[in-house]
Amino acid sequence: MADLNVAQHPDILQTCGLGSCVGACLWDPVTKIGGMAHVMLPSSTLAKGGNEAKFADTAVPILINEMVRLGADKSRLVAKIAGGAQMFAFYSANDIMKIGDRNTEAVKAVLQQAKIRLLAQDTGGNYGRTIEFYTTDNRLYVRTINLGEKYI
Amino acid sequence: MAAYENISEHKLDAFREIGTIGAGNGATALSQMMNRKIGMTVPAIRVLPFAQVPDVVGGPERLVAGVITSVEGHAPCNLLFMFPIESARMLAGVLIECNYGDGEIDDIGRSALVEAVNVITGAFLNALGDFAQLVMMPTVPALAIDMAGAILDVVLAQIGIIGDQVILMETVFTEIEENVTGHFFLLPEAGSLEKIMEAIGVKD
Repeated sequence: MADLNVAQHPDILQTCGLGSCVGACLWDPVTKIGGMAHVMLPSSTLAKGGNEAKFADTAVPILINEMVRLGADKSRLVAKIAGGAQMFAFYSANDIMKIGDRNTEAVKAVLQQAKIRLLAQDTGGNYGRTIEFYTTDNRLYVRTINLGEKYI
Repeated sequence: MAAYENISEHKLDAFREIGTIGAGNGATALSQMMNRKIGMTVPAIRVLPFAQVPDVVGGPERLVAGVITSVEGHAPCNLLFMFPIESARMLAGVLIECNYGDGEIDDIGRSALVEAVNVITGAFLNALGDFAQLVMMPTVPALAIDMAGAILDVVLAQIGIIGDQVILMETVFTEIEENVTGHFFLLPEAGSLEKIMEAIGVKD
């Protein structure tokens, strides 16, 4: 969690046990370079420093740069995201309860700002997800404990 | 982020001492509730990067029952109980006198789990409150049965606002006959550890 990785076809990127965190996957269809960020929090402005891969607003730009360094073209990038669930129904009266939704919104906002098209999302709900991202063809495999598995 | 990186052995020892007293109370309470003998490990205090916390309970995809209690007051923290699913079924089964086998835990069983955790955390907080002379008020606990990593997300995110490492106090409760194990995590929020240390008079 709270990290990011880049890879190239035919590698697969994976992250397990996404609850309120969002897995943001970016892909360049021509070079088949992919990247995945495991985002924990919506914004670095709340924070007192630390690992920038944690925050939606810093992780996505870093991920884009890493992919460009590998040879990707920013203007071709497309995105798929998963996660952002509310695992506990009555956890607390404050904002932290809605962190899943806030993460999803923050990631979508950063993508929009970077002019990266969001092709698919599997977000929300109250269950955990494990995801595998195939750099070969941009398939995002989403697995849950009780609600089966699918590709988006 | 150096939130917990340079914490002194002295403070860690004090934290461990508090944990032992609190967890001991908790084990007694659970024992009374289940009418069984409950053992517990001496609490381990660990300072870990986030990513490693799920491994403590068997990995981010491990199916667990997690009960989280948010504690307000002088030293806000989160108390998180995690049972591997087999233990959760066993514990719920003992409490309501039924056998879940390999199946899903129904609403009654889920309530029983929350109640058991309520009892343990109540005992723990009483001990901690008395020892440290702090006001510690638990809120209503919440239960989720799902992947360990997913359940840990919210708690770790809260801590993530202030650093990249979490300090956790971990104790394993075991019921010997039926092999029920539960991990108990005390996760202090930013500044709370210092307040607890101050309250019990521990200086660097």
